[in-house]
Amino acid sequence: MRMRSLRHLLSGAFAVSLLSTACHPAQDHAPRWGKAAAGVKHAGDTTTARARTPARKAAALFPVAPPPFSDGVFPCSECHGTTDVVNRTPHAVEFHEDIVLRHDEKNRWCLDCHDAQNRDKLHLADGRLVDFTESYRLCGQCHGPTLRNWKAGEHGKRTGSWSGEKQYLLCANCHNPHSPGFKPIKPKPAPVRQEAIK
Amino acid sequence: MRELPTLPMPAPEPPAEGYTRREALVMGLFALAAAATTSGCAADKLALDDFVAKHFKDLSPAELQERLAQMEKRYSESYGKPVKVSATPAQEGVLFGYALDLSRCIGCRKCVYGCVEENNQSRDPQTHWITVLEMDKEDGVNLQNANAFYDHETVPAPGKFYMPVACQQCENPPCVKVCPVEATWREPDGIVVIDYDWCIGCRNCIAGCPYGARRFNWGTPGIPKDELNPVTEYLGNRPRQRGVVEKCTFCIQRVRQGLYPKCVEVCPVGARKFGNLLDPESEIRYIIENKRVYILKEELNTQPKFFYYYGL
Repeated sequence: MRMRSLRHLLSGAFAVSLLSTACHPAQDHAPRWGKAAAGVKHAGDTTTARARTPARKAAALFPVAPPPFSDGVFPCSECHGTTDVVNRTPHAVEFHEDIVLRHDEKNRWCLDCHDAQNRDKLHLADGRLVDFTESYRLCGQCHGPTLRNWKAGEHGKRTGSWSGEKQYLLCANCHNPHSPGFKPIKPKPAPVRQEAIK
Repeated sequence: MRELPTLPMPAPEPPAEGYTRREALVMGLFALAAAATTSGCAADKLALDDFVAKHFKDLSPAELQERLAQMEKRYSESYGKPVKVSATPAQEGVLFGYALDLSRCIGCRKCVYGCVEENNQSRDPQTHWITVLEMDKEDGVNLQNANAFYDHETVPAPGKFYMPVACQQCENPPCVKVCPVEATWREPDGIVVIDYDWCIGCRNCIAGCPYGARRFNWGTPGIPKDELNPVTEYLGNRPRQRGVVEKCTFCIQRVRQGLYPKCVEVCPVGARKFGNLLDPESEIRYIIENKRVYILKEELNTQPKFFYYYGL
């Protein structure tokens, strides 16, 4: 028998470049919701820039993907002022008509999650404000076991490193919060049958 | 030479001029073959290098570096871009485990094609390491009534569930037992790997695998040059040759660098989970400890490191 003790000694082995992860696959397919009506001018999405401030960083308990805002819809305060008079009785909303609520819509409406005074935030049932980057806290109020599983890594999807830094997708990165059920999708082609391979 | 059970034979002659008997014999044969052809010698040299190449485990560090450089040069030339071939060792204290949520998989086959791109599977003739089986919810896991060729407009189809099957990375792998030349073995981190240069293409392992997870290259693998993933591993996704067996390696080129396998990252419903079974904090351990786990063909005592589970 030959000596095999040196078989894995390799100095250059760690120098592999990680080209294949350059693009984040989940982002390609990330659905985008909360689209504003066409023709209305909105400021650009500033979430990324805002997330870099220390206060925001400290607030985020988990390293999450950016919330899936439609282009130009955030910050909401571009249109909604803090002193606006708000009708808090559930009623049909004339703006944002592309949003169809299919999420316990008989019992809930916009302002159960979105904050009337500070539109750039969401609020919990007890009135505490949460950022869109922490929306899982809001979802977890009703979906407790799911939040527990998400924190443990069983529910949802993580990307990055199994041993180190990973990124969690927010609930809203996969589930449209206004209509959270998954819609059927087109499958990739079936494999070629063996007898058809020449 | 490796010690294999042999018939009683005369004692082997000492190696001539630094070559083993096998190498000397093979080189002699090749010299004859080369003399008999009018083709250039470069190709013959490469073929000779491959043919007398040692088993991966028998390469000294220097020989391994030389071999890697040889491969990089060859692949870079044939695919027209720099190709990196590594031989990353297994990490200490790591045993890879995989979990797949049968209650979430929708059968979209994104994992199948993500795997093909990441692992340089042949596009033509087609090779897929992952087979997604469609079965009736009413029937449960019943492989006899499974269909891999479903072709619906949209998935999931009503009343159906989906079970993607690839190499189960068995702790007790039948494929390894039946290989007559030790061209496939289980690494310390649990990944069952193949030395494509040592494989003789006998396909015993394909017959031995109870999961149908191994694939044979009947033809020369066809990969468009621009689609080749240039980040490769010796025992993983480097381009294969005709006549050798290949299979899933948990994306050895990714997981040994700390990354999730490709199929985990492309799954649109988060049904695929991966981690270190020896790390009590890992998501894979949480799943095994808290969810209903299903092991495919558990009764065969193959002890897979691939766990199906029901998240809902």
